[in-house]
Amino acid sequence: MKKLPKRINLTLKIWRQQGSEKKGHFETVAARDISVHMSFIEMLDSVNEQLAMEGKDPIAFDNDCREGICGTCGAVVDGRAHGPQKATTLCQLHMRQFSDGDTIVVEPFRARAFKVLKDLVVDRSPLDKIMTAGGFISVNTGGAPDGNALPIAQEIAEKAMDAAACIGCGACVAACPSASAMLFVSGKISQLALLPQGKPEAARRALNIVKTMDVCGFGNCSNHRECENACPKELSIVNIARLNREFFKASFFSDET
Amino acid sequence: MSWLIQTFSSSIGKKLLMAVTGLSFIGFLAAHLAGNLTIYAGGAAFNTYAEKLHALGPILTVFELGLLVFALLHVITGITLFVQNFKARSVPYEKDRSAGGRTLSSVTMPYTGIIILGFVVFHLINFSFVDKSDRTIFEIVRSAFANPVYMIIYVVVMIIVALHVRHGFWSAFQTLGANHPKYMPALMVLSVIVGLMIGFGFGLLPIYLWTVR
Ligand code: HEM
Ligand code: SF4
Ligand code: FES
Repeated sequence: MKKLPKRINLTLKIWRQQGSEKKGHFETVAARDISVHMSFIEMLDSVNEQLAMEGKDPIAFDNDCREGICGTCGAVVDGRAHGPQKATTLCQLHMRQFSDGDTIVVEPFRARAFKVLKDLVVDRSPLDKIMTAGGFISVNTGGAPDGNALPIAQEIAEKAMDAAACIGCGACVAACPSASAMLFVSGKISQLALLPQGKPEAARRALNIVKTMDVCGFGNCSNHRECENACPKELSIVNIARLNREFFKASFFSDET
Repeated sequence: MSWLIQTFSSSIGKKLLMAVTGLSFIGFLAAHLAGNLTIYAGGAAFNTYAEKLHALGPILTVFELGLLVFALLHVITGITLFVQNFKARSVPYEKDRSAGGRTLSSVTMPYTGIIILGFVVFHLINFSFVDKSDRTIFEIVRSAFANPVYMIIYVVVMIIVALHVRHGFWSAFQTLGANHPKYMPALMVLSVIVGLMIGFGFGLLPIYLWTVR
């Protein structure tokens, strides 16, 4: 068996932008002596140490958990949101996916709704606005109800859990040729509409959340299916169909406007 | 009524318009193709079909007006979506690779659509708004396709229509909310089949007419 090379040298063609109002540009940066066991984020750490040594400005990027659960990291690597590996966040993408001598293009998530703050850091607060508009249920305070008082079929619970797996990373927006946030939104709508706790506010939620999504400047879904293929949590566009049904139900058959 | 305007000006509402009008066009194309297939039975059969169709009188007019309204909705909404989607990605990617979703059909929808629009105008000028007092419709059609330029334009446009329908068909079901693992895989296959049927069904006719010119 051929032994994997332990260390590789790469060339990064990486987006640099001083601030949201500044003009950005691509810069060529060498990534030397990168262990193939590093994650993409660790590789950027290593490049930043080098840049700091040379007295240069380190590359700004978002990250937090580094284990694929928080949704903070993300960039478009070689034309793919979160890089070339399916169902993987950038922090879980390992450098063994690349070969010695590769040139890798690294860009921020691009969408009119996501302003670039610095280098690879983008402002994803429009996703928070969507959450505030309807990504919740209202619960009265008081004694906790009995856990078994509300029967929920196993299959329904599974579907809701699949939708709830979304970590809000925004890769669906980045990957969508129309920069649509429909997969993210459909996750929230599905997770709540499937469960009895979400039903009382379902109509209002659907209308408010879609209104907010449109106001934020995301594009319209064209059913390209890039989102479900880029999503690190593999949310399916079955959820988008459910979002559409919930929206039609709310628009044509509910008292909400 | 403000709720209605609000619904159809939303992103999902606009897609609802595209889906309903688009599926209606596919229904229209199926009927149109069934009629055109009479050409294979000869000029007399085709002329009889055309006469029977026009004998419908006001029913036909209502149908045509409906198609015109749907066409306006589909085109205006389609162009709006295209412009909005273009703006939504304010800065294009330096390197843009498919994650495995998009198809040639899906990414070319606005362009195939615009070509179809141009073609429909051309087609109506050719065969609808034409002096039919001294020639039968079959004669008009046959003389048109004796010209290889017409034949080629029609065949190429039919391939383009097939591309539009290949994505549009399943996409419309998805937009309407009809996506379930029970039948979506079948719908995706059916979408290709419907596209091929429209492409071959309409596309072979000009070639046939040219060979028997
Ligand atoms: C033969 C005539 C046509 C048929 C059968 C047809 C059918 C369809 C169908 C079924 C869809 C899918 C709707 C959805 O995704 O929900 C669609 C989408 C679309 N159509 Fe057409 N169409 C036709 C003509 C046109 C024309 C003349 C235009 C001119 C602008 C056009 C532009 C578009 C665009 C831009 C979309 C994509 C909308 C989006 O998903 O963002 N189509 N069409
Ligand atoms: S749906 Fe997937 S890609 Fe979109 S924000 Fe959620 S986890 Fe990220
Ligand atoms: S840093 Fe938390 S998902 Fe990548």
